[in-house]
Amino acid sequence: MSTTESSSGKILVWGMFLLMFILHQDKWWWNDGTLVLGFLPVGLAFHAAFSLGCALLGWTAIKFAWPHDLEAFAETETTVSEKVEGSS
Amino acid sequence: MSTLVVIVCYLCLLLALGFYSSRLFRGTSKDYFVASHSIGPFLLLMSVFGTTMTAFALVGSTGKSFERGIGTYGLMASISGLVHAAVFFLIGIRLWAFGKRYGYVTQIQFFRARFESDGLGYLLFPILVLLVVPYLLIGIIGAGKTIEPVTAGAFPTIFTDPSIPAWNGGVPPWLTGLVVCVVVLAYVFMGGSRGAAYANTFQTIVFMFMGLVAFVYIVKALGGIDNAANVAARITEDGKVVQDFRFDKKAGALAKNEPPKPIGRLLEPDQAKELMNVQPHFIRTPIDVEFKKKNPKTGKVSAFERELGIPFLTFLTYLFIPLSVGMFPHLFQHWLTAKSAKAFRLTVIAHPLCIMVVWVPCVLIGAWASGLLPPGIPPPAVLSAMLKLLVGDPILTGLLTAGVLAAIMSSLDSQFLCMGTIFTNDIVLHRTGKEKYSDKQIIFIARAFIVGIVVLTYVLAMLAKDANVFDLAIWCFSGFAALFPIVVAALYWKRATKEGAYAGIIAAMAVWFYYFRLSGYGGEYVVGPGIVPAAICFAASAVALVAVSLATKPPSKETLDKFFPEST
Repeated sequence: MSTTESSSGKILVWGMFLLMFILHQDKWWWNDGTLVLGFLPVGLAFHAAFSLGCALLGWTAIKFAWPHDLEAFAETETTVSEKVEGSS
Repeated sequence: MSTLVVIVCYLCLLLALGFYSSRLFRGTSKDYFVASHSIGPFLLLMSVFGTTMTAFALVGSTGKSFERGIGTYGLMASISGLVHAAVFFLIGIRLWAFGKRYGYVTQIQFFRARFESDGLGYLLFPILVLLVVPYLLIGIIGAGKTIEPVTAGAFPTIFTDPSIPAWNGGVPPWLTGLVVCVVVLAYVFMGGSRGAAYANTFQTIVFMFMGLVAFVYIVKALGGIDNAANVAARITEDGKVVQDFRFDKKAGALAKNEPPKPIGRLLEPDQAKELMNVQPHFIRTPIDVEFKKKNPKTGKVSAFERELGIPFLTFLTYLFIPLSVGMFPHLFQHWLTAKSAKAFRLTVIAHPLCIMVVWVPCVLIGAWASGLLPPGIPPPAVLSAMLKLLVGDPILTGLLTAGVLAAIMSSLDSQFLCMGTIFTNDIVLHRTGKEKYSDKQIIFIARAFIVGIVVLTYVLAMLAKDANVFDLAIWCFSGFAALFPIVVAALYWKRATKEGAYAGIIAAMAVWFYYFRLSGYGGEYVVGPGIVPAAICFAASAVALVAVSLATKPPSKETLDKFFPEST
């Protein structure tokens, strides 16, 4: 993935995160006890859908903002001096 | 008695799994502490999810919803789906990469290297231990509170001093706590982090499945999903809070209360017109209600006030609490067990979904319970009481109770293991050097410390057995959340210095302790119009960290090259 693709991916993911954060406040349904599907209060139904949105955001982050460089960094062999003293 | 047999069978099954995982143990300290970085995506998801969901997930969510209504889900669950997944992605993968590359097995090793300071480890060690211990207490006390009511009457001649008269003959909390400690200790002792990962996976599947089973049976008893929503408490035109239904145990069905049974009244009667026929547990606007409760021991009736719904500022600032996962030492250890960075992918996507599967049914059960149970019932007892009232079948109750124990033990194991790991690596080996001990001796030290922590935790749990475990949990999470700026700065801010880290940790703990004291050492507490203390502790830590870092000498080039590989 090119650097440009990666940075636009990060912008997309951060934008979605911000949007999700705003949506989480859903002040518009605080006083509404309407039932969705006959049993789910709308405030709860919205937040259940919000959880699905979080999963979608996770997928988007993995697809467009995955830290490939960090992954490669972790798999590189270390020199003995880099290892922590006392580590296993 | 059948209930108890089912629970005992479950615990035996868990021990067998611990024995099986011990056969896979490779005998090295690396395998004991971080499973030789061999855990794949599914086991990682289950162990991380199982670890972050304590008794809070099944028992706490139902109880909180009974108290405050469906806003509980947005307050604690959906925000956790967003924040936890972000922390796994932004913090977890990065810490895993440094751990894998440089051989860290504890958070403190990372912080010592990143901030070029040995002393920081000695400052962090007691703080992490002191914050984890209440978290452990939650599990042991929660287990005791769950088992006693569901086994009531099983041993009427042996256990004659119950917590309340109605639970006479039930297994007492001291015995439940002891058994839970021994079982968890056994499989952690045998299998280390691999044993904990296997046990967590099994237990997470059990509690997710059992939560759904409880939901299905409760819905069935309430006359189907469409009828269940009618059961929740309602406000009348004259400002009373009433229960329209009761559960007729003989008929095994709901019966209508004629007239509706009053259980409370609005403290502001002017709201009655506006709220007429509203079911207050289905909305989130705060409503103050006066309820009555009967003391089960003396029979005396007294009034108490409860705020239903959630103040907006509390809802907004609660987002700081799930940040605690970024600083949980036991979660750090689970992250390091991952085979590769790719193993995190499933966790990032599926963690919010797992939260949804567990929390939505429990929050609904809690809201429905407002229309059937007496309002004065202790919130942690709501799920057990609903099962006993609506389901009644002892085998099913046993299976569902095993589910609650699974949620509790899947957190306890990781916490015990992590205590042994940080003591061995950050105190013993750090002072003496690894070469002084063989791998067998290192594992022995870790196991000995784990036994010590289990004994200490058990004793403390017995001393604090009447504490409100869920308020205590929030304080524990708040303490870890207050330290979150330290890990973010360590990973993403080159200018963060050793002195800044000290300042951030000290400020976080000072402000945290100040509010903890004001709360009466563990009670529910908000600042001003509803701000949670975690938000203020977080801000104090961040400000101190930034201000002192900018005023002190930046880290060495060698350290920056080591921890900011992208910019070199």
